[in-house]
Amino acid sequence: MASVVTRLKQKQIIQLISKGKRLDERGLMDYRETKIEQGIIERAEGSARVFLGKTEVLVGTKIETGEPFPDTPNEGVLTVNAELVPLASSTFEPGPPDENSIELARIVDRGIRESKAIDLEKLCIAPGKKVFVVFVDVYVLNHDGNLIDASALAAVAALLNTKMPNYEIEDDEVKIKSGHSPLPVRRHPITVTFAKINDKFVVDPWLEEEQIMDARLSMAIDDDGNICAIQKGGSGYFTPEQVFEASKTAKEKAEEIRKKLKK
Amino acid sequence: MSQKLEKLIDKKGLRLDGRKPDELRSIKIEMGLSSNADGSAYIEQGKNKILAAVFGPRELHPKHLALQNRMVLKCRYHMAPFSVQERKSPAPSRREIELSKVIREALEPSIFLDYYPRTGIDIFVEVLQADGSTRCASIVAASLALADAGIPMRDLVVACSAGKVDDTIILDLMDVEDKLGTADVPVALMPNLNVITLLQMDGILTLEEFEKAVNLALEGCKKIYELQKDVLRDKYVSVKEEVEE
Repeated sequence: MASVVTRLKQKQIIQLISKGKRLDERGLMDYRETKIEQGIIERAEGSARVFLGKTEVLVGTKIETGEPFPDTPNEGVLTVNAELVPLASSTFEPGPPDENSIELARIVDRGIRESKAIDLEKLCIAPGKKVFVVFVDVYVLNHDGNLIDASALAAVAALLNTKMPNYEIEDDEVKIKSGHSPLPVRRHPITVTFAKINDKFVVDPWLEEEQIMDARLSMAIDDDGNICAIQKGGSGYFTPEQVFEASKTAKEKAEEIRKKLKK
Repeated sequence: MSQKLEKLIDKKGLRLDGRKPDELRSIKIEMGLSSNADGSAYIEQGKNKILAAVFGPRELHPKHLALQNRMVLKCRYHMAPFSVQERKSPAPSRREIELSKVIREALEPSIFLDYYPRTGIDIFVEVLQADGSTRCASIVAASLALADAGIPMRDLVVACSAGKVDDTIILDLMDVEDKLGTADVPVALMPNLNVITLLQMDGILTLEEFEKAVNLALEGCKKIYELQKDVLRDKYVSVKEEVEE
């Protein structure tokens, strides 16, 4: 149960938002300070750390060889997993992934997959037999709200930083050679999340805004300004007009954030 | 890859099952089939066959999940191993866990949760046969099951999908259209308030196409809403007749 202080603060957040202001002095459609660092973990094939204010997410990628899915014999495999690490928040508990971490991973996955960010056909080694499998592991290190946008951004930044091993085929055997080439990343989907608080939309909600929001709406936007994934969350609702308005804002915001990615 | 060459819309503008782009599949809904559940509903939409049952309000398990000021809604969406082409393992997949969450969140706004503090409601959705847009059909059935259980609600929740195949915006995607098409947009609506309670999308759409798809899905929702109301009315008329006998 929320303490008295939190209740008062929540009331203040709502009052400010109805006047078009926020407790941390941002505008309703402003992101917190966004920082992207790439190549933090040397053992990983690729890595990136993203800060959205105090929210911190680390993404590491690993590449292994494996079998393709039967319905896509010519394509490599993308696997996204998310860990809500217990040290990141008092509300995260050790154990198997809960619905929140599964949803987070699937939203990040959808943005990358549906925008066709990775040229999966270039990850095929022997059709139907052997392909490269790209593991994207999202590690939430500090939770101060909007894990979705931070994770999606860190995942794309890590993919851009990912090195693929060189290989050659000798007597039907795959031999990994020395050296590496960059992972074929051709699109840069950016996910923009809104929180609906007291019937107003704010972008990039921080933790205390998330605790009082009625619902959230996340939209992944590709390089051409098209929508490639959407997820509504929380037990509130939107009018159709609010959704259409949000899609236009998401397009603008995504362009802004994409500029921060080193391609 | 050869599959991708298959045309999903023919020269006459008709889909593989002969539907027009803005046409729903045939829908059959029944209510109150299960004698053990507090409320239940069954829906057939094209080849989709889905059962939904509601238990509660009842004591929550585990008890520490109970909330002092409102009821807790739990939802499980599950697919039978034989519901799809390749056998699906009965263990809940990541997709099923996500869908359970979004279906719950689509239904939650319709229920007066504060009427029953410290209790819980369980919604169980079993997909017996799947043919695309199962989350939407599940919501239609689950909302009726809640009404059948006599849970006080603001409105029924109705859901329908729209999407894009072969450069055409279409309504109510079946499995092959979902898999080979360009985009899929499931939408849930509370028609009386005209508010959206579920919205997802995957694929690629321009903002204009997205708006068109959502509006088409909302039209579909309104048609299914009429069916929902008819089924609900018929059920109560039959109950009334039974009582009067």
